[in-house]
Amino acid sequence: MCESEEGGGCGGGGRPARAPRGGRPLKCMKCKEGPPVLIIRVGDAFCKACFKDYFVHKFRALLGKNRCIFPGEKVLLAFSGGPASSAMVRQVQEGLSREAAKKLRFKPGILFVDEGGVCGQGLEKRGEVRSQLERILRATGFPYHLVNLEEVFGLPGSILRAVSHSATDHSQSYKEAVDGFIQQQELLQCERTGGPGESLPGRLAELSIQDPSEKETAEVPGPLSISHTAELTRLFGAVKTLTAREELLQTLRNHLILHVARTSGYTKVMMGDSCTRVAVKLLTNLCLGRGAFLAGDTGFSDGRHGDVLVLRPMREYSAKEIAFYNRLFGVPAIFTPALATKAPDRASIHRLIESFLCKLQSDFPSTVSTVYRTGEKLGAAPGDDDSDGATEPERCLLCLCTLDTNVVDGSSLQSTLLSEELCQKPPLSAGSSCCEDAPTQTGCCKAPPVAGAIPPQVWLLPLLCYSCRLTIKDMSCLEPLPPYIHSEAERRRRSRAAMKQEIQEFLLEDDEAPPAS
Amino acid sequence: MAAPLSIQLEFGGGAELLFDGIRKHQVTLPSQPEPWDIRSLLAWIKENLLKERPELFVQGDTVRPGILVLINEADWELMGELDYQLQDQDNVVFISTLHGG
Ligand SMILES: [Zn+2]
Ligand SMILES: [Zn+2]
Repeated sequence: MCESEEGGGCGGGGRPARAPRGGRPLKCMKCKEGPPVLIIRVGDAFCKACFKDYFVHKFRALLGKNRCIFPGEKVLLAFSGGPASSAMVRQVQEGLSREAAKKLRFKPGILFVDEGGVCGQGLEKRGEVRSQLERILRATGFPYHLVNLEEVFGLPGSILRAVSHSATDHSQSYKEAVDGFIQQQELLQCERTGGPGESLPGRLAELSIQDPSEKETAEVPGPLSISHTAELTRLFGAVKTLTAREELLQTLRNHLILHVARTSGYTKVMMGDSCTRVAVKLLTNLCLGRGAFLAGDTGFSDGRHGDVLVLRPMREYSAKEIAFYNRLFGVPAIFTPALATKAPDRASIHRLIESFLCKLQSDFPSTVSTVYRTGEKLGAAPGDDDSDGATEPERCLLCLCTLDTNVVDGSSLQSTLLSEELCQKPPLSAGSSCCEDAPTQTGCCKAPPVAGAIPPQVWLLPLLCYSCRLTIKDMSCLEPLPPYIHSEAERRRRSRAAMKQEIQEFLLEDDEAPPAS
Repeated sequence: MAAPLSIQLEFGGGAELLFDGIRKHQVTLPSQPEPWDIRSLLAWIKENLLKERPELFVQGDTVRPGILVLINEADWELMGELDYQLQDQDNVVFISTLHGG
């Protein structure tokens, strides 16, 4: 079989002949009775009822298999309004309303990050989307948080530090925790309602809504600060490529999600990445130089933050399954434009990979699952996840992945340290500073460069993984980055300088004295 | 000669953006010598309904990969895809599964 681009080439014009899939199935392959409504995987036809069972079961099975959510634990559902995260919220609702034996037992909360500020939505449109969203969120009965992406400008630097695991109790086994929880709940149930009746999930949600500490954080976002929207626009305006913009947006969004999780006491975050999205991300990240972090970036669980574990419970559902589920079972979704909306196929690496995979998939229906399963075989490098080791590994300032110091030591760290020194040497006589990469870009660094000041790029880059460096290098200037990034970078730079100073005493200098500082 | 058909079209998942943001369209396909199938429907949509960037919706003679097609609430893969012959009052849904529509 060959792929003919736009009708030319093979098979006498037109599309390549599809692999014959045998006759059209007339019955559901599961119950052998119902009329099939869709084909999933390679040629399996499902009726509506069997498809629902299959879909709902898969979610619970995945969580059950991984045994990582403790009963009563607060779990934050990252909700974008899109199909996958909408289906995810529905699965949690389903799971909480099950009969006791199969019930999910955690306390969900929902987070929506309004990214309208970078996706070209005006305030009015954003208000519209927001009220639509609130209607959907309120209907879930779960506590929810609505935050604006603009709020990254108020984040603390500590968000860029992984918190060690010791904070959470891991001595208790999963089984003990479940048993203890069930007993406790039975007691509660008898005390409060004088018998079984009211469903637990309803109560859990209710409890957490009434929790006074929650009330404060379930922020009713104030009127959007215009200045922060302007800052956000300036920030994304300083990024030269759509690829880097996508990466930056993802980074900032992750920081914000982590912040909400930490300040509101959530210990798990669920992301709605579908199998299709995971496959796209996998190949995209390879292209972006994030090969070392594929397991964390796309795996079921990601422990890079230490205290808050990120889970991807939708990663075994294809985009098609999700779209059909939402359509057939009335899951409301809101379409909000993304950075790449209406962009051509080649506008960014993300976009290019997505269309590449989709094209392949339409002729070879197992493409996505093959890529996805390849990713399954990747494991997190030891120390990537729970680092119970004595020393905290050094982490990328932006994506918080462990910088592999063994590798870095040999090559890039040394070369960047070298460039750091080189750049420190000539105290450039004013004129050029952070904008030297794009001399045409004007007006972004209004503050006149202080003579001898180190351009932020120079001291930011060594704190980043290879891939985040590429993103940062695509920025014409770094001043518009939110303050928490600068302050944490400064903190790390100082501690690094102190360490370097110590080491320096043991090094032989070739031809020059170390810069006095 | 195929009689004119009245069908309902629906666009979702961001595909509606290419149709002035309108999700549901009640349309009448004129009578033509050949029976209407999905292939000819796509050509008709491209000519008559698409407002911008046709390549984001149709590629070659089929839908852009990543856009799902449902015919009367069922997967078009069960219905013969491009060769499905439209009936009066059919409902055809296009859902983009692509990021950002
Ligand atoms: Zn069935
Ligand atoms: Zn990084």
